[in-house]
Formats: sequence, C-alpha cells, structure tokens
Amino acid sequence: MTDKKQWEEFKGSIWKKEIDVRQFIQDNYTPYDGDETFLSGPTTATKRLWEMLQALQKEERAKGGVLDMDTDVVSTMTSHAPGYLSKSDEQIVGLQTDKPLKRAFMPFGGIKMACEACRSYGYEPSSVLEKIFTEYHTTHNQAVFDAYTPEMKLARHNKIITGLPDTYGRGRIVGDYRRVALYGIDCLIEQKKHDLARLEKGNLNDETIQLRQEVSQQIRALFDMKKMAQMYGYDISEPANNAKQAIQWLYFGYLAAIKTQNGAAMSVGRISAFIDIYINRDFKRKILTESEAQELIDHFVLKCRMVKFARIHSYNELFSGDPVWATLSVAGMSSDGRHMVTKTDFRFLHTLENMGPSPEPNLTVLYSHRLPQAFKKYAAKISVDTSSIQYENDGVMRPVWGDDYSICCCVSATKTGKEMQFFGARANLAKCLLYAINGGIDEKTKQQVAPRFERVTADILEYDDVLGKFEQMMDWLAGLYVNTLNLIHYMHDRYYYEAAQMALLDTDLQRTFATGIAGFSHVVDSLCAIKYARVKVIRDEDGIAVDYETEGDFPRYGNDDDRADDIARMILKTFINKISRHTTYRHSQPTTSILTITSNVVYGKATGNLPDGRRAGQPLSPGANPSYGAEKRGLAASLCSVAKLKYTYALDGISNTQTISPSALGNTDSERCENLISLLDAYFQRGAHHLNVNVFGIDKLIDAMEHPEKEEYANFTIRVSGYAVKFIDLTREQQLDVIARSAHEFI
Amino acid sequence: MDGFIHSTESFGAADGPGIRFVVFMQGCKMRCKFCHNPDTWDLSAGKRMSAEQLFHLAVRYRDFWGEKGGITISGGEPMLQSEFLCEFLKLTKHHNIHTAIDTSAQPFDPENKYILQMLDSCSLVLLDIKHIDSQKHIQLTGYDNKNILECARYLDKLKIPVYIRHVIIPGFENDQELIRLGKFIKSLSNVNKTELLPYHTMGRYKWEALGFQYPLKDIPSATQDDVEHAEKIISKLESL
Repeated sequence: MTDKKQWEEFKGSIWKKEIDVRQFIQDNYTPYDGDETFLSGPTTATKRLWEMLQALQKEERAKGGVLDMDTDVVSTMTSHAPGYLSKSDEQIVGLQTDKPLKRAFMPFGGIKMACEACRSYGYEPSSVLEKIFTEYHTTHNQAVFDAYTPEMKLARHNKIITGLPDTYGRGRIVGDYRRVALYGIDCLIEQKKHDLARLEKGNLNDETIQLRQEVSQQIRALFDMKKMAQMYGYDISEPANNAKQAIQWLYFGYLAAIKTQNGAAMSVGRISAFIDIYINRDFKRKILTESEAQELIDHFVLKCRMVKFARIHSYNELFSGDPVWATLSVAGMSSDGRHMVTKTDFRFLHTLENMGPSPEPNLTVLYSHRLPQAFKKYAAKISVDTSSIQYENDGVMRPVWGDDYSICCCVSATKTGKEMQFFGARANLAKCLLYAINGGIDEKTKQQVAPRFERVTADILEYDDVLGKFEQMMDWLAGLYVNTLNLIHYMHDRYYYEAAQMALLDTDLQRTFATGIAGFSHVVDSLCAIKYARVKVIRDEDGIAVDYETEGDFPRYGNDDDRADDIARMILKTFINKISRHTTYRHSQPTTSILTITSNVVYGKATGNLPDGRRAGQPLSPGANPSYGAEKRGLAASLCSVAKLKYTYALDGISNTQTISPSALGNTDSERCENLISLLDAYFQRGAHHLNVNVFGIDKLIDAMEHPEKEEYANFTIRVSGYAVKFIDLTREQQLDVIARSAHEFI
Repeated sequence: MDGFIHSTESFGAADGPGIRFVVFMQGCKMRCKFCHNPDTWDLSAGKRMSAEQLFHLAVRYRDFWGEKGGITISGGEPMLQSEFLCEFLKLTKHHNIHTAIDTSAQPFDPENKYILQMLDSCSLVLLDIKHIDSQKHIQLTGYDNKNILECARYLDKLKIPVYIRHVIIPGFENDQELIRLGKFIKSLSNVNKTELLPYHTMGRYKWEALGFQYPLKDIPSATQDDVEHAEKIISKLESL
C-alpha cells in the first residue's frame, strides 16, 4: 500500500502497510480521564431532526408498527434513490430506502416471509417478484427446508430447538466499517483481488472454490458501495480526509450491510476511539468545534435509530419491540494497560441526553474497574436516568478476543474484522429435562421427538437416575442441534451470503459457532428440587409425566448458595462439552450462551410443568437470570450466583437483567450512581460477564402499560435480556412478563 | 452466645451510606402503629446464629461495599440483643468494617453495659425518633420517648456519629411539633444527616398475615410533598 495524503499527522507505520485498524487506533488514540463538562448540547439542526423522527415514529406506531413498505423493489445497495430525513439539516446521510422508516423488500432470506411481512401490515407484494423468488430462485429458507431431516423438523416443531435463523437472516456479522474510512474502497478492492489471486494455487478443493466465489462477491459488493455513495454525492474510493468524512464513510459501510441483509442483529461495532482520532486531528487543524463534533455523533446515532426491517409476526414474538441490535460498544481497556475511554465515548453516551433515551443503537459499555472514575460516574448517571445502556466485562472478554472486539448482537463478542459468527439461537434445556423424564416424548404434543429412551418409572424422582437420563438426552440434543445449525449456515453462505459485511472482514476468517441455552434457571432449580426435596411425579393416562408435587424446601439458583450454584456450573459445562464433541461447519469454534432475548415468553409457552414449581406455559426466566421469585437474599447474593458461571464455558455470553427501583439503589441521584459503580465493580471483579441495569419502579411500568399514549412514555426505554426496547412497543404479554419480573425484584 | 436473626439482605442502599449488608434482628417491645416489620417483634423467633456465623454470611459481600458501605444491624430492635451484638461488633471492628446500628433506642438504659459497649463500638447510629412529644409517642408506640432522647444526648456526649430518622405520617404531627423536633436535632452536635422517611402502607399485608388488625388503615402513604414540607420546617425551625 502506498502512503496516503489523508493519513497526514497520523502516527505509526504497520497499519499503513497492511489492513490493521486496531494498530491504527493503538498508535493514535488519546485516553481521556476527565469528566463530562466539555460536552455540548444538541444543535438546532439536531433538535429539528430528532423532532421530525419522533413525529414519524409516532405515526408509525399509530399505523400499527409500520410506516411504509416497499413491495416491488428488491433491496440492494443501489436499488433506491437517495433518501433523507431533512437534507439541509443532516450532517450524515443515507437511508435504507428512499424514505425514512420505509421498510425494504428483502426476499433472499425467504420469499414467504418477505411476502407475509408485507401482507400482515396490509401491503400486497409484487406478484412478479413472488413468482421469481418462488419458482426461479432458491432462497435461504427454501434451501434449508429442502435439506432438513424429518427429525430436525420434528424437533423444531416441538420447540426443543427453536428461534433458528431459517426464517430470517442470521446477522451477528460486524463488518469492520472503519476500514472504509481509513483505507478507502479502492484499497480494500486491491486487497481482496490480491487474496483472490492467492486462492488460485494448488488443488482447488471445495473450501477453496467456495472461498473464491465469496471473495468475488465481496469485490462486487465493494464496487456497489462506491456506487451507492456516489448516489449521495460522495466518492469513497479514497480514505476519509476529516472527521465528518470518516463518520460518513463508516456509515456507508454500515448502510451497505443494512440495505442488503435483514439479519437478526446488525451491529455497528467498536468505533468510538477510531472516530475520536479524526475529531482530534480536526481540532488541531482548527476545522471543527466541540459542538460540531457532537452534532456529527448525534446525527450518526440518529441514523442508527432509524434502521428498520420488515418482520413477520412470529419473529416479533421472539424478538419483541422491533429491535435490530445496532450494537455500539464503548470504553474497554487496551492490552497495554491504558484504558480506551476517549472523549468520543462520552459523546456517544451523551446522545441519550441530547436526544433522549432510545433502544438503538444498543449502547454497550465494555466495563473494567480500571476505567477512569469520571467515565464510570457518567455511565452510571446515564443508566440511572435512562435505563438504556448495558455493561459487559472487558476483564473476561479481552483475554479471549483481544482489545479490538465488538459486541456483535446482544451480548456476544467478536474480533472486529477478523471473525464472523454462526448464530444458532437456542436449545430449550428445560424441555430437554422433561424429555429425559418422559423417554423422549414431548410433554405437550405427546409426540416421540427424541429416539425412544428409557423413561423414569419411579414415582419419586431420584437425582442420579434423572441426571443420568438428562445427560443422555443432552447428548442426543447436542448432536441434532449442531447438525441443524451446520445445515442452516451451509445454506446461508450459499443463498444469502453477506457479501457487503464480509468484504470488510479479512478473507481468512475465524468463525465461532454460537449455540445457546434457554430455561437455564429452571433446569438448575428442578434438579435442586429433585436432589434436596421430594418430587412426586403425576402421570396422565398414557403414563406421561405431566406434573410434579414437591414437598419440602430446596436451594435455588440466585441466592449465592453453592448447593444450587454448583449444579448451575455443572449444567453449563456439561452442555458445552457435549456440543464441542461434534464437527461444526467450516471449522468453527463451538460456543454457547445463556441468553434468551425476549424469547423466554414463547419458549415458556411451549414448555410443560417443571419440577421446580414453574407452571406450564409460564415464561421461562430470561437469560441467566434466576427464576421468578427465587431470589430471597437480595441483589448482591443474586449477582454472586450468576457471577459463578464461568465465561470460558459460555463464550457467547451470559446475560443478566436486573431492575432496581430508584429508592433501593440510594436516596439521592449521586448516591445511586456511586452505589451502581460499587455494584458493577464487585460483580465484574467476580468474573461475571454481562449486566442490563434498569432503574425504575414497578408503578411506572404499570402506568406505561395502561397509558402508552402519555407523552412521557413515548421514549421510555428499558433493558430486557440482551437489548433495549421501548416499553410501549412490547407485546402486552411481554409487558406483563417484565412487570412480573420487576415485582419480584429489588424494591 | 447466639443471636436471633429474622433475616438478612445482601444489598441494602437505604440504611446508611453506600451499599450495605443488612441484618434484621428479632425482637422489639414497641408496637409502632406504622411498623412495616411486625414479624420481627417476637424476641425468641427467627434463626439462631453465632456472631462468627453472621459475620461470615455478611463479609462475603464486602467487595460490593465500595468505600462507604458496610453492615447495618436493623430489626426488630438491636438493643434487645446487645450482648450478642457486642461480640459481633468486635469482629467487624477488627476487620475495619463500617457498621451501623439502626435503632429506636427504646430499651436504652445508661446502666446497661452491653448497650453502652455496643453503641461505643459501632461506626454510626441510625436513630429513629418516632415523635418528639412524649404523649403522642405513647399513642403511636405504647412507650414514652424519655430514654430515646436520653440516648440521643448520650451519643452526642460520646461524639458517636448519628443519622436521625423520622417517619412522616400524614396528619399525625403539626408544624409546632416538627419545629420542636428540629430544635432538638439542632441541639445535638453529632448529627450527620436527618432523614425524613415517608410513611408507606407496604407493611400492611404483614400485619394481616400475622392476624393483627392494621391500626393505620385509614391513613394514606405520605407523598413527596408531605416530606418536603416537613424538611423545610425542620431546617428553618419556623412554620411555613
């Protein structure tokens, strides 16, 4: 690579010779130890834009959740004329379609879903497109169902593995959008051409053939990105020359992704220190003021608040409230011991003050007790005021992923630019336990889903007997689950390849294979009940166990009681070990998560009575949270239980969501912030991975549910397992679930 | 000796500075009409625990306490188990743990060496003054407030830091009484903070669960305005 004039004043040389954004950041970023007093409020343009967007969001809600939809244009990078919210006010431009909040037509994942999404909001999709994508072109969804085995279909139908990315895009791939700004597209094309040439030599086996085709698609995508930017009047062939261009170039990279993919999570990545370097150079050159810098960040964030996809009803049940996981990570530590808080990390959090709370972008603080105190205080203040941010432990993630990882969905980390993830939804372990008791027969449908196993015949459940059978059932489940995901991702690569995002990643990628667990706390508590109390089985006329009578007290997960927490650790370790035994697609590294998003409600609906006393149909506890009402010894004890789960066994993430009423966190706002910092320091020092922090009382939730029309609730944002959401956008069922949970929490 | 413990809470942020482990002791002789923990009245109920056992239960959360937090002994009435608490406070003192006693001081007796030793060895006293007027105090709790005020003066003499706490019950005290309370607080030199707590009805279900009649059932929870009104009077020492 040749030295570029756009790189003047930037230090370092390694990143100039090959693509290495991390090195550029390390060589050039400026840690900031001060407080938030330097920040600027919203400009008049920002205020105008935010008001316009809020008006549109209101209209969208009034129209049943969708403002406008495309029905006859297949979304590509260049399919739409440029769109604006208000051209004269926007510092950063680019919309998914030609109008704000208008949802694109994206049939490559599956034509049935694309059409269903249109129809469920009263739009009629083009019959020509429906015919083309049904009869002449294979979609991802079609390909997956062509290849599914009967056993997979049965397991899916009975919801023991569920939420699979076979009816929607897998997402979770974070393009290194910073590359567009630092290197310019031409340089990236040159690099990819070089990679392609490297793949000519020796035997062309199927892996190399596949990769050659993919790199060619990536190169085409890079050319398309240039065309797309050209339509907005920008030439992104060359590197960005200033902060505004850097943010715009970066955003074009992201825009290319969200125009072509409707993945479940479309994360932005880790961009704050990177942008900060450009802002600082502009400050030195005296071509930018603080107010202008904040305006750029505000307008970029405004764009992230506008990302929309056409979704089907069943998707909304899984992931309620229209989330897109435009996850944006801030702070963290550098491997050399410096913290990575810059002024731009403050600027990103400040968007929640300048434009009020919002679920997107999904702002994530990569937390370390070594972060500067002033930043911790500011983040805590934003949490107490807006409940809009989540915290993840940099101390456990950095040793695994290095110091330039991004959060790629809700909570899981990925090495930026060097890695992609095969998202795998989750297996319902609570149901698996019931299958173990019933010899593979589903307790709800009475179908023989797993192969016929020996069932539990005793009237009183015996721990060793149940655990032995549960392990066998997990063996079956792990094998089936891995095969199913292998199949899905094989097809996704072929029929819905993420060329735009992949073009911004290294050609030689590391891959993770992200499985997940649902119903975790119920499995633990049920095993505790069997071990420490007396659980009598109630069977129906077919001899199937349908209910349990439990006599006596038993320890429960969530009370810092090792009797329960040891079982929790054992379950997690057993599950990931069983997954790891199987061959995974493209040599990917198997991982797992304890994370349910809002899907705990639908999973719960499909799960029968459990030995821990949870009734059939009730929501499962979300993520790694203890069960409803199980926590008897206060928040610190509950956090300690969750912190005992080893991150190294669940590299895809261990999600914990806690709601604390303001009065339980302290008497004044400054006390609340201090106490929240003490809590975060202690929790993460114990090795915990993730915490969603909500600070509000249950009265507010109930009032917001009853009176969603009140102005004060229009942007009322809460954290749920794995993301943030506007409370009034949740289904009523999920609102009730959030209220039920909060009522059991710390008031 | 063993203590009788009603329950513990691993994360308390309302009873003293910072995050605190809160121990609810069993036993109280007062019968405050607004009591939200009537299930702690019985002195012989609860879980028996040695001072060491209780200490180990608490200290495992030390990492949550930050610079300001620690342990709060509440109840019930801690003074009724002062001998046990003297043993417990030896341990917390030895480990430099900030320990607060949340008391209404009704059992205070200047001749009781355990009570005096307990007060001497804690870091902070959260002293409840239920009512400044002795007659009204009797109406509200069944006891007069003579030795409670005496305890306040004793703590002042020994320069033991105190938070004065007072529950605002709508319609139960007039401005003159609030002024008297304010003047009493002002006469003390060791008061770091005065906390006015709004009366709430959250304890009512416990009374009913215990088969007691809830005596304040016609009185609503105090509002933020009620509290702010009282705060102003107490700080200005004049009627508004």
